[in-house]
Amino acid sequence: MTASENFLTVEDVTLYFGGNAALCEVSFGVRRGEILAIIGPNGAGKTSMLNCISGFYRPQHGRIRFKGHDLTKTPTHKIAALGLARTFQNIALYTGLSTLDNLMAARHIHMRQNSLQSILYWGYARREEVAHRRRVEEIIDFLEIAHIRKTIVGALPYGLRKRVELGRALALEPELLLLDEPMAGMNVEEKEDMARFILDIYERQGTTIVLIEHDMGLVMDISDRVVVLDFGQKIAEGTPDEVKRDEKVIHAYLGDA
Amino acid sequence: MAVLRPSGDFDTSYEHDLAVVRQRWQWALLLLLLLALFTLPYYAPAPTVSLINRIGIAIIAVQGLNILTGYTGQISLGQAAFMTVGGYISALLVGAAGWSFFLALPVAGLGAGLVGLIFGLPSLRVKGFYLVMATLSAQFIIPWLTRHIYPSLLNGAQGINVPVPTFSLPVIANTCFLGTTFNAELGTCVYRFATPSQFIHITLGVLIVSTIVALNISRSRLGRALISVRDNDLAAELLGVNLFAYKLKAFFIAAVYAGVAGALLAHNLRHINSQTVGLVDSIMFMGMLVVGGLGSNLGPILGATLVVLLEELATVLAPPAAALLPTLAGGATAALKPLLFGLALMLFLIFEPRGLAHRWMLIKAAWRLRPYAR
Ligand SMILES: Nc1ncnc2c1ncn2[C@@H]1O[C@H](COP(=O)(O)OP(=O)(O)O)[C@@H](O)[C@H]1O
Ligand SMILES: [Mg+2]
Repeated sequence: MTASENFLTVEDVTLYFGGNAALCEVSFGVRRGEILAIIGPNGAGKTSMLNCISGFYRPQHGRIRFKGHDLTKTPTHKIAALGLARTFQNIALYTGLSTLDNLMAARHIHMRQNSLQSILYWGYARREEVAHRRRVEEIIDFLEIAHIRKTIVGALPYGLRKRVELGRALALEPELLLLDEPMAGMNVEEKEDMARFILDIYERQGTTIVLIEHDMGLVMDISDRVVVLDFGQKIAEGTPDEVKRDEKVIHAYLGDA
Repeated sequence: MAVLRPSGDFDTSYEHDLAVVRQRWQWALLLLLLLALFTLPYYAPAPTVSLINRIGIAIIAVQGLNILTGYTGQISLGQAAFMTVGGYISALLVGAAGWSFFLALPVAGLGAGLVGLIFGLPSLRVKGFYLVMATLSAQFIIPWLTRHIYPSLLNGAQGINVPVPTFSLPVIANTCFLGTTFNAELGTCVYRFATPSQFIHITLGVLIVSTIVALNISRSRLGRALISVRDNDLAAELLGVNLFAYKLKAFFIAAVYAGVAGALLAHNLRHINSQTVGLVDSIMFMGMLVVGGLGSNLGPILGATLVVLLEELATVLAPPAAALLPTLAGGATAALKPLLFGLALMLFLIFEPRGLAHRWMLIKAAWRLRPYAR
């Protein structure tokens, strides 16, 4: 595998918190149009890896390349516009806004009205609001959340909030979607819905997806390739079948399950 | 809480769904209310008109604070200081430079906005309590500056007298129209906004504009970016919002509102000095916002109205209170005002922390669901 095949390239990323290395020289690539799962026991550094990619943490060493940009050096607020979106393990919605406005807020990078045009709310700004509203309604229909369109998200149950957060990430129209435990804490039915949505996004829109997930059965079912982290180090990478048979993985992860 | 609409009010397009005033009867009600307000001087006693004037100016200052604190989540105690800036700028432009008030007013707003930007700079690094301290510094620095710089122009602690706003029309067919009177010195017809009954039309006009601007901000790209900074600044940044830029925009807009309110106050009182508005007013504005409801466009209107009315109540209650507690002597009003304000604030924080605007929404929803119980 050469670097040029990769859509996203993580090179020797090392991240310290005080004296503790949360990530230690981790390298891997994500190919365009695949679902890559990152797995590993609790505290392995999966979320930290996602935080580095999305510009939320700055690793002390290493590079993360995406479409010719080094994400470790890109200002955080400019990363979304490169075509990268994510969801959070602990849900980070705008709790005071409705479902609709949460998704509309994500259209920020696609809207062209400046603040003065917002204030006047006339002509261009008004037309733009309607145009983006139309796009957002498509996502709302796709995720089957039309009934909570105008509900303030702070009041929604956990499973629905996870779904709205996925909607907000989709409203960015990303080329690369990072999902941090999208199904954690859900019941079986909600998990199945979420898996169906993820596969739909992947198949219909060709979005590349990096997914952190604990449910091994699910990971094996939907991902093309798997990266395994343990204590901040990459201990394996490969197809689900290869990873499943890997000695180190069985020992570190499947072994204690 | 979902949005409840009167039955029969359906959306027919996204444009319609985005509209603020939705139905014909709502437009009619709104126009009626505005008519009642603009004709106030013809049927209400002068003290009432003067009171509404004061409420209007307070609403504008609180609307600005609402954009900064209610929408963007940046707490500021500098609003009165930016009013002082706006008041002085307009006073000087109209008084010393001879500008028209109607040109000086927006310039006063922009000038105050620029000063607001400077005091918004710390918001890049600090939040909450520390930001309050940083904005508090405006409340000390700005009045101090007005007392000590350019004494020939600003007249130190004494402050300066502020001219009456006027507008002039040419003489047409030897007559003056629109209530203007002939001014021999200028050779034109002049209208003077001298009394509260005349000034209130300016206040109401500005209030309409300030309310429309606040509504537009809250329903557009700008408003959603501000609210995302408030609700989750880390997520907002990952979703492409430049935190610093939007925090500064909020500081700027809030200070523009303050500057305009300050200019109105200065021309209404016809005088301004470093003590015309101060820290106590900044705190009052924050209290009005809490009582009315943070992050709601109705909040500043309801909150400022209630708190100013409470101050009025203090004036009414002062004589009996003085009779009851002779130790208060002449200071009964001064003692009662903060007492009532504090009491109201405390009761709201305990029983209705989301303010009057939220209570109003609940009442509306209950009526719309009648006769069905919730
Ligand atoms: N902000 C932080 N400050 C200090 N330590 C952190 C922080 N974030 C993560 N860590 C540490 O880094 C390690 C990896 O955490 P994390 O990436 O959340 O693991 P995972 O998502 O795989 O469960 C853990 O030991 C955790 O305590
Ligand atoms: Mg995690």
